[in-house]
Amino acid sequence: MTERITREDVAHVAELARLSLDQDELDAFTSQLADVLDHAADLDALDLDEVPPTAHPLPLRNVLRPDVVGETSDRAEVLAAAPSVEEDQFRVPPVLGEAP
Amino acid sequence: MREELTGVIPGWETVIGLEVHAELATATKLFSGAPNRFGGEPNTNVDPVSLGLPGSLPVLNEQAVELAIRVGLALNCRVQPSVFARKNYFYPDMPKDFQISQYDLPINEEGWLELPDGRRIGIERAHLEEDTGKSTHVGGGGRIHEAGYSLVDYNRAGVPLIEIVGAPDLRSPEDARAYVGELRSILVAIGASDGKMEEGSMRVDCNVSVRPIGQAEFGTRCEIKNINSLRSLGRAITYEAQRQVDLLASGEAVEQQTRHWDEDEGRTHKLRSKEEAFDYRYFPEPDLVPVDPSEEWITEIRDALPMLPRERRHRLAEVANVETASVVLTVERGMDDLAFEAIAAGGDAGRVIVHVENNLADGAGALDAESFATLVAMEVRGDLTATQAKTVLAALVAEGGDPAEVAASMGFEAMDTEELEALVERLIDEYAEDWAAFIAGDDKERKKKSGFFVGQVMKATNGQADGRIVNEIMSRLALD
Repeated sequence: MTERITREDVAHVAELARLSLDQDELDAFTSQLADVLDHAADLDALDLDEVPPTAHPLPLRNVLRPDVVGETSDRAEVLAAAPSVEEDQFRVPPVLGEAP
Repeated sequence: MREELTGVIPGWETVIGLEVHAELATATKLFSGAPNRFGGEPNTNVDPVSLGLPGSLPVLNEQAVELAIRVGLALNCRVQPSVFARKNYFYPDMPKDFQISQYDLPINEEGWLELPDGRRIGIERAHLEEDTGKSTHVGGGGRIHEAGYSLVDYNRAGVPLIEIVGAPDLRSPEDARAYVGELRSILVAIGASDGKMEEGSMRVDCNVSVRPIGQAEFGTRCEIKNINSLRSLGRAITYEAQRQVDLLASGEAVEQQTRHWDEDEGRTHKLRSKEEAFDYRYFPEPDLVPVDPSEEWITEIRDALPMLPRERRHRLAEVANVETASVVLTVERGMDDLAFEAIAAGGDAGRVIVHVENNLADGAGALDAESFATLVAMEVRGDLTATQAKTVLAALVAEGGDPAEVAASMGFEAMDTEELEALVERLIDEYAEDWAAFIAGDDKERKKKSGFFVGQVMKATNGQADGRIVNEIMSRLALD
């Protein structure tokens, strides 16, 4: 049986997803997520050694497109949708730390 | 100073593994038809997919898959069915807040790359992923941590990348540079990437650890980012290895960290610790189906691969009867065909290789294989000294022409052997004591005195004589 998810786990996942949860929400989601995981854990009861993992629900492979240049977006239109623009670029708040 | 140059720290071994990102040379992006082009006006090579607009869906670029397979085959990997995954993190260079990459099922796994000296370096995997946008930090002197704000250009977002993860098989800065150089040559040779580090189309992250010589386990490693040239790579490894040895030598531990290379300061800075490492929450990308290239396709791609630098080195080294390490530059400069032709035209293989490796750094210019072979023959016959041959070669590269005529126009007439012998005899009379020392001396003394006489001959002939022939004459006269 898998370990039950804790309130701390939920708080951590919420933090990673940049979600701000209050105490009541934390309790509610801990309980709900635990139920979801319990349901998934039912699969552990089955012998699935012979079943290949499913990479995608659709029975499709190799959906590819030719390497041909298509339409690009109109820059003025794109930038008009941004909250802040400078030198034809998106202006964003200071970033802490380097990109991963 | 020596340590600075070689990165060798007595008693310690440096262990290096590299992750190389190379932009694939496609016309369009990995998942959309926006152009894959360097240096355009900001935010012009974008479409809804590159911008991560709601409702846009990725469709995989066939050519990117083909180039990735070429890379896998060239690196002796197993090409296998693969799956894309979402790598989740929040950073403005990824507008949809995740990067599409490959995780547990990469397209290429378990290969190797052969360094010019013949050592094989393991390749763990080479997978497909999309590049990110480019952010410029404004204010605070351009330093990230003090930035006033950032500007983002999404032209690069979605450009296809191959990430090549090497095994920790490298042991020195020289190894690391040789590995990246070889990898670049391969990527360029197979047309997968232009391999330009200065334009960022090839980027290197470097894992470094140290351990006492003889220890089997690896030490704790640090990952170094922001390496922008082969020179920085060597410097960063040398600095980082010394930093770690200093820590261990003073009884402290190395902490697993991601560190940033500062080119101006010549040092690495801590970016984040293991605890602060990103938790990417990878999961299979639901908008893309698995890639499962057929055997026929893989075979077709394999058959169309050009001869790789490694094979070209082996081929030339065998014909020229030299070590593969002696023909590295020849192959790197794409002059192996010229060398082959010159050898086939009768040029002495050893001299041909020496000239290409050392004297043709700027290309062959107007030099053709026939006159190259003729020049080498003149040199081997003793009509030209090595120095004169080099001078004539430079003229042939610059303007072409007949080697004998060029040599004659420079006043490089071969000295008559009889004339030379007469000169040597005259010098023997003049320097009788030195000659006696030459005859009676041991090997060392003989060598010293022969150097003296060759020097005198050169002085008397303005360097026109061939030192080798002078030595022959002296040996003969010494027996009389």
